[in-house]
Amino acid sequence: MKERFILGFPPECSDRPITYHLIKDYRFKVNILRAEITPGKEGRLLIEAEADSKDFERGMDFLRRERVLVYPLKRRLNIDLERCIHCGICTAVCISGALDMERRNWQITFNVAQCVGCELCIKACPLRLIQLNFLNNLNG
Amino acid sequence: MPKTIDEINKKIKKGEAVVLTAEEVKEMASSSGIKEVAKKVDVVTTATFGPMCSSGAFINFGHTRPGIRMAKIWLNDVPAYAGLAAVDAYIGATELSETDPNYGGAHIIEDLIKGKDIRLKAIGTGTDCYPRKTVETYINKDNINECFLFNPRNAYQNYNAATNSSKKTLYTYMGILLPNFGNVTYSTTGELSPLLNDPGLRTIGIGTRIFLGGTQGYVAWNGTQFNTTTARNRKGIPIGPSATLALIGNLKKMKPEYIKPAIFEHYGISLFVGIGVPIPVLDQEIARAVSIRDRKIETLLCDYGAEGHPPIARVSYEELKSGSIVINNRKIKTGPLSSIYVARRIAKVLKRWIVSGRFLLSEPVAPLPRRSRFKHLIIRKGGKR
Ligand code: SF4
Ligand code: SF4
Repeated sequence: MKERFILGFPPECSDRPITYHLIKDYRFKVNILRAEITPGKEGRLLIEAEADSKDFERGMDFLRRERVLVYPLKRRLNIDLERCIHCGICTAVCISGALDMERRNWQITFNVAQCVGCELCIKACPLRLIQLNFLNNLNG
Repeated sequence: MPKTIDEINKKIKKGEAVVLTAEEVKEMASSSGIKEVAKKVDVVTTATFGPMCSSGAFINFGHTRPGIRMAKIWLNDVPAYAGLAAVDAYIGATELSETDPNYGGAHIIEDLIKGKDIRLKAIGTGTDCYPRKTVETYINKDNINECFLFNPRNAYQNYNAATNSSKKTLYTYMGILLPNFGNVTYSTTGELSPLLNDPGLRTIGIGTRIFLGGTQGYVAWNGTQFNTTTARNRKGIPIGPSATLALIGNLKKMKPEYIKPAIFEHYGISLFVGIGVPIPVLDQEIARAVSIRDRKIETLLCDYGAEGHPPIARVSYEELKSGSIVINNRKIKTGPLSSIYVARRIAKVLKRWIVSGRFLLSEPVAPLPRRSRFKHLIIRKGGKR
């Protein structure tokens, strides 16, 4: 699985190589997207991490043990419906049923609640209209 | 009483023609019967808007001074075919950019229609009459000479539906096929599709005037891979790929909403082409054909996970369009590849054109082939000369 979150490092743990352990011991593939480190204050790191689900769980436990604060970022699938031609190609790969065809008007429908984030529709859309956006809900 | 195309055109000119879309006429047939359709309806408009890889455009750039005989041509880094005279070229929809894997000939076609500037690079050998060896400039639809779409194979009369029995995800021109019969895709619009409304190809032939990409176009020839040997069901509908059309039309007058480049992940680039074909209801036989519903239009479901894509089931478009079908007692999700939503719009636009007298029907200049079979390419060593 692939997730994005913000790691908050309390001042007392800012000198420990947390990301190193995530990579080395928990086999996370980490991509650091943004870092804010102010001496004497909580440091913040925006990362994208990929790991298989077992390693992911263990890595999360490790972070909690190290008193690192984890703020998950909400992901939201965004479909550019203005440009959508309602071909329905994306619906064919959406096994969760989040994307479906409304069979009276033959337009696609998207039910966010059913989306499992498999990202197949992103690759399937021949017009490249589907994107995964990350909402930063840290500041409200 | 059978009608002629001439008589129908006279009615169109007087604003008296009765024109229905392929879906509307089917509703009428189920409520009032085929006789009534034959009597009352003059024209039925059919349409499709799907990815059609065998598409492309001819362009004439005009001559520079001094001239060049272009031997190799790139448009925004997409190679165009230059083996035609000095400044003629053909840009195929599926040709890929040499620098951007998500850009290709289909995008050039779209950019031309939108009136955008495109970087032209060409090289030649330099001849006595055309001494220049290189040229780099920008072109758009207004500063070039002719530019017409000429698609060798469009508007398939039926096509296979696809699924995948294998253990891995397949990335194909039929979209992404999930492993273990994970999904099914299908590519024609069924009862709205042009050649399925005239399965005997009685009214569509060489020279037939049509809607192509938002303007008037023509049937230029039979399409490639034209096949008359496909088995037919009781309604006379071929069960699988059969007839095709080669289409031609003025790209400069096309509209971007009816021509769209498509990217198929790990496969390549294709082009959504908007096509509308009018069917004159000449007699009861044609009235019957345009009244055939999805329930009676069938195709073969082929397994793209097995060598040779063997058929594993026969399915109707009613089943395919319902959203799921049952294979081996399992319910499997189906998804279309072509847009019924836009196809309906095309059928309505064409209907409007005809009703308003802007679009007249044409008598085919020559019929499409009565007999033609699809050959496979045989690999052999050595050849006779
Ligand atoms: S990400 Fe997966 S589950 Fe979500 S809409 Fe796309 S295909 Fe459906
Ligand atoms: S694949 Fe893309 S264009 Fe087609 S219906 Fe889905 S979002 Fe729209």
